[in-house]
Amino acid sequence: MSAKRIEKIVGKAIPIPRDDIDTDRITPARFLKSITFEGIEKALFCDERENTPDHPVDNPAHKGASMMFVGKNFGSGSSREHAPQALKRFGIEVLIGVSFAEIFAGNCFAIGVPLGVASADDVHELIKQAQEEPETRFSVDIRNATVSFGERVIPIDIQETRKNAFLAGTWDMLANLRGNLPRVEEVAARLPYVTNFESEAQ
Amino acid sequence: MSKNTLYDKVWDSHTVAKLDSGQDQIFIGLHLIHEVTTPQAFGMLKEIGAGVAFPDRTMGTVDHIIPTLSQIRPYEDEQAEKMMAALEQNVNEFGVRFLHLDSGKQGIVHVIGPELGLSQPGMTIACGDSHTSTHGAMGSLGFGIGTTEVGHVLATQTLALNRMKVKRIEVTGALGPGVTPKDVTLRVIHDLGIKGGLGFAYEYGGDVFDAMSMEGRMTVCNMSIEGGARIGYVNPDETTFDYLEGREFSPEGDAWERGLAYWRDIASGEDAEYDDIYEIAGESIEPMVTWGINPGHSVGISQPLPEVDSFSGEDRKTAEHGYEFMDLKPGEAISGTKVDVAFLGSCTNSRISDLREGARLMKGNKVHPGVRMLVVPGSQQVKQQAEDEGLHEIFKEAGAEWREAGCSMCLGMNPDQLVGAERSISSSNRNFIGRQGSPRGRTHLGSPAVVASSAIAGCITDPREMGESA
Repeated sequence: MSAKRIEKIVGKAIPIPRDDIDTDRITPARFLKSITFEGIEKALFCDERENTPDHPVDNPAHKGASMMFVGKNFGSGSSREHAPQALKRFGIEVLIGVSFAEIFAGNCFAIGVPLGVASADDVHELIKQAQEEPETRFSVDIRNATVSFGERVIPIDIQETRKNAFLAGTWDMLANLRGNLPRVEEVAARLPYVTNFESEAQ
Repeated sequence: MSKNTLYDKVWDSHTVAKLDSGQDQIFIGLHLIHEVTTPQAFGMLKEIGAGVAFPDRTMGTVDHIIPTLSQIRPYEDEQAEKMMAALEQNVNEFGVRFLHLDSGKQGIVHVIGPELGLSQPGMTIACGDSHTSTHGAMGSLGFGIGTTEVGHVLATQTLALNRMKVKRIEVTGALGPGVTPKDVTLRVIHDLGIKGGLGFAYEYGGDVFDAMSMEGRMTVCNMSIEGGARIGYVNPDETTFDYLEGREFSPEGDAWERGLAYWRDIASGEDAEYDDIYEIAGESIEPMVTWGINPGHSVGISQPLPEVDSFSGEDRKTAEHGYEFMDLKPGEAISGTKVDVAFLGSCTNSRISDLREGARLMKGNKVHPGVRMLVVPGSQQVKQQAEDEGLHEIFKEAGAEWREAGCSMCLGMNPDQLVGAERSISSSNRNFIGRQGSPRGRTHLGSPAVVASSAIAGCITDPREMGESA
């Protein structure tokens, strides 16, 4: 299965300034009661949005945004893939932040949403720009690992190997993993617990 | 880079290949599945026409959506019924073992894995649930994963993973009376922060862990993820082997002996090297309670709530938000805060030792008239054992509700939810905004002892003040 090549994302950005935004806030648990991801974008930050009249997600100036700027430890807590799925289905194609929670980052990679890491100062600048001039069009260049607007170019860190996978369109790992199935059998045969220790280890 | 730790040994022996993505392809020894994070993954398999690669290394159960009152089908909640039916259909179609409600062995995945002897030392374990770190108590590596990754494990029994660094967390000395494993884990998260574990696996050790029961170790490993560490583990020792012996899926006879040899060998070596070490004196830990909106917002139960000045940068804003949302003020005492709900349950604290601890404090007492208390055992086997010991009678006589096994009010995916701005004291793992089912609901995390003593008093109460001390 070949995946989409991801090289460049251009568009407006939604700023989410706070740190430690957990996946319960991104997609509250009651919206997980579905056997598909269809429509999950409606749950995106829905409780917060209900209680915050000027929530950035609802700000008409950010409408149609294709990226999100976030703080530290974004996506902490629950492993629910519903969170990155909701972001992606809402139209967010890339996130730039100071740091990301481990499982969330794995989920984003698995569904082809690049994450760029920038310094706290640079992210602060991006967030401020998106807040103060929401019509700003930002450009994320995966190959050169930058995010830019106007004349300003900010370096971002995208894990080199993941970057290559996005550029080559090989980020869907399933085909890679399946290609190694014979070796999987070999590893399984070496691990004594796979037979519950019924046979001597090889 | 760490060397010769359990983490390194297990990682190396489970590596299938180095992937072009730079990740390692890691064999998964046990895949636990449940109704919430699998339907789309089975859908993926159908799309590509693949089967489950290792059905014998896969075990399913149902926990998140399960009602804990009436379990008559179809469930009142249509969506829950649909999820249940989808799981039943998928495990049948794909030939996956399934511990259904009529098995007597259903329960929260992270309770039943160790309980049945499925989770063993030196294994890699994956589940579409972040609290898979729990299984690290057995001396295994437990990976919480998302749904696409669940599909990867179903189709290939492997995951594409980045190798983590290893931080040793050493708790020395001994715990004081009334101080429990839940307090240890809350203290670790308090000290290292909820971002402190990003990129790390935590290895827990030292005198306090050497002396800790298996169920206590499960509580601590469970909450590793709340400190940002995807993995937490304790090296297997005699306590581990005693726990495993005679369980349903534990090896027997000669196989048991071979198992012991493998398990002893997989523990971190004397010469193990760590990327970092953090030490806490066991004597300095007191019962902990959270006051804010993430598990790092905690305080010793006898201490005043921290000043916002003690936080810097964005953490300060989060703390201010926490105080505002929880309607509390810096400098106040946490103890004495009135609660509406007490929840004793969840994959963190719903095992028999947790219920015994709760019952010990509840015996002969009444739940405060202003408090609704739910006691939800982690599995059908835990429930049965508690009933054999008469614990359910103690809870019921005290005025608590004794329920069927499931995740329940930890995340409110079933009817067990906070209402409006209700305030709970909860033995679960997350005090995130909205976590317990109400967008305005307020959660304080604490040990089963703190939950029980607070339920009786009607406000957050130090269990050490409840007459007899542990």
